Amino acid sequence: MRIAIIDESAARASIIQEGLAALDDCELFVVTERRGLLARMGEIDPDIVLMDLGNPSRDVLEEYFAVSRALQRPIAMFVDESDDESIAASVEAGVSSYVVDGMAPGRIRPILDLAVRRFNAFSRLQQDLAEAKSKLAERESIDKAKRILMDSRGLPEPKAYAELRKAAMNQGKRIADIAEAIVTAHNLMGNP
Amino acid sequence: MSTELTIGFLPLVDACLPILAHEHGFAEEEGVSIRLVKDMSWATVLDRLLYGHSDAAHLVAPLAIATTLGRGRPAQPLSVPFVLGLNGNAITLRPELAQRVRSGDEIGDPAEAGAALKEIAEERLRAGDPLRFGVVHRYSSHNYMLRYWLAACGIRPDHDVEISTVPPPFCADALKQGEVDGICVGEPWNSVAVEQGAGEIVLSTAQIWRRGVEKVLALREGVLTEKRESVERLIRALCKAGAHFVDPANWELNAGILARPEYLDGSAELIRRAISDQLLIARGGPLVHYPDFMFQHREAANFPWVSQAEWLYTQMVRWDAIPFDAEECRKAAGVFRPDVYRSALLGTGAPLPGASSKVEGSLASTTVVGTQQGSMTLEKNVFFDGVVFDPSDIEGYISHLS
Repeated sequence: MRIAIIDESAARASIIQEGLAALDDCELFVVTERRGLLARMGEIDPDIVLMDLGNPSRDVLEEYFAVSRALQRPIAMFVDESDDESIAASVEAGVSSYVVDGMAPGRIRPILDLAVRRFNAFSRLQQDLAEAKSKLAERESIDKAKRILMDSRGLPEPKAYAELRKAAMNQGKRIADIAEAIVTAHNLMGNP
Repeated sequence: MSTELTIGFLPLVDACLPILAHEHGFAEEEGVSIRLVKDMSWATVLDRLLYGHSDAAHLVAPLAIATTLGRGRPAQPLSVPFVLGLNGNAITLRPELAQRVRSGDEIGDPAEAGAALKEIAEERLRAGDPLRFGVVHRYSSHNYMLRYWLAACGIRPDHDVEISTVPPPFCADALKQGEVDGICVGEPWNSVAVEQGAGEIVLSTAQIWRRGVEKVLALREGVLTEKRESVERLIRALCKAGAHFVDPANWELNAGILARPEYLDGSAELIRRAISDQLLIARGGPLVHYPDFMFQHREAANFPWVSQAEWLYTQMVRWDAIPFDAEECRKAAGVFRPDVYRSALLGTGAPLPGASSKVEGSLASTTVVGTQQGSMTLEKNVFFDGVVFDPSDIEGYISHLS
């Protein structure tokens, strides 16, 4: 079975590819470039196409399939109404799929389920990365705020941190928010 | 407690009304809160609508009808209780072609530009390299307006030229790379192509049909029934947003809001031009004022005329090569829901037309029309070729077209 993965994010495409590589008798093709997309589809002649929902070229691909169908080419959208649940899961995960007409649902289902799982895994990775980044940014502003308190009030480091924590508790805010406010105020006062 | 409605949209200037209804608090005033979901293709906007990720969507009008009729995917009935705007699109050609079909710094004349384009199309066809056009979707008003213009100028869209789908963000690039010779797209994408020197604007779609239906607010029929009260609140909020949008005092502010990363993520300057009907048609040239380039509020522009849905159906018959079918026509007409619009705005100051259907393209000058509420005059609404669409003879109109 020939599976095309169309994704502008090369990182996500490779995560999906990696997941699907475990399947028997599947040949995988990854397309990350938008130019020449339809020509690539012609060459690959896929049985299944997986495309991320955020890809602006979805409308291009759907038109191509609609036209191909009129020419009796075997590719069609996967819009079997009996399988609403699995499509809903795809939309949730952010992947759309197109499948050759007449292919047995039993063969398609495991591939789609796997694709959905890989998409979800990718968004979890993204989320973790975003969280790690924001944690890092928070730590930086806490360090800066401590430095400001140490310099302006001559406090030792543990005391500066204790002051931040006390203010946060008194105001029912997060330490990072208090630190952010101190850094902003400090900058507004004309300090670099 | 306000109810929440999730609305899907594509980053285009004519997604303005839901965005502004949210940003200026018109929705909250009416007791609804709007959550906006941005997507990058109509296919995804539609998927979210059909699988319940959104309650309503900013949608190209023909796609609402195609979805109801099951063109391209299994039929799912959609309803349109509010039109988000008329026109606002343009046809942009590669500079060397644009300069051959219109003169100087002026926007073109549809018949003259079409006649000049016909010669080019014939040349290119003889050379085995037909003119190629990009439209944003198979079921878009862009596709139907472009085809209407070409066909009326003697250029057969499916024989003499090629028309394919190009997503709006890629239009300028496709022109620049020579993948297409022309595009029909909404703003700010024509202006982006002009700024990059990749194209020059030849016509605005308002010149092809002076009052052509463009984006609509579409919901699943069942969702409309289930959330009818909230939807009516939303309609009142969108109407207020329309009044705010067209007021010149607010152009600067609104362009700034629409330009934000979470909305269009684009240039406030280009957006401001579109909403003030100013077009830079060629790089380095003067700004051209084309009145009613976008049409979001006056003359009950948001009223879902049943005759507009029927006109879109005639174009679907014409270009999908699926013959006229009375039952399909009835279903297409039923997508537009003037009854919901009326019920939402009854008792407000908004004018409500007396009829739900009208002869499209019949007004050559300003005309006072009968209303159920308020007073209303309609201005010129002609098609450039002077052909009139009378919804009482749809089959006659279709046979006249082909």
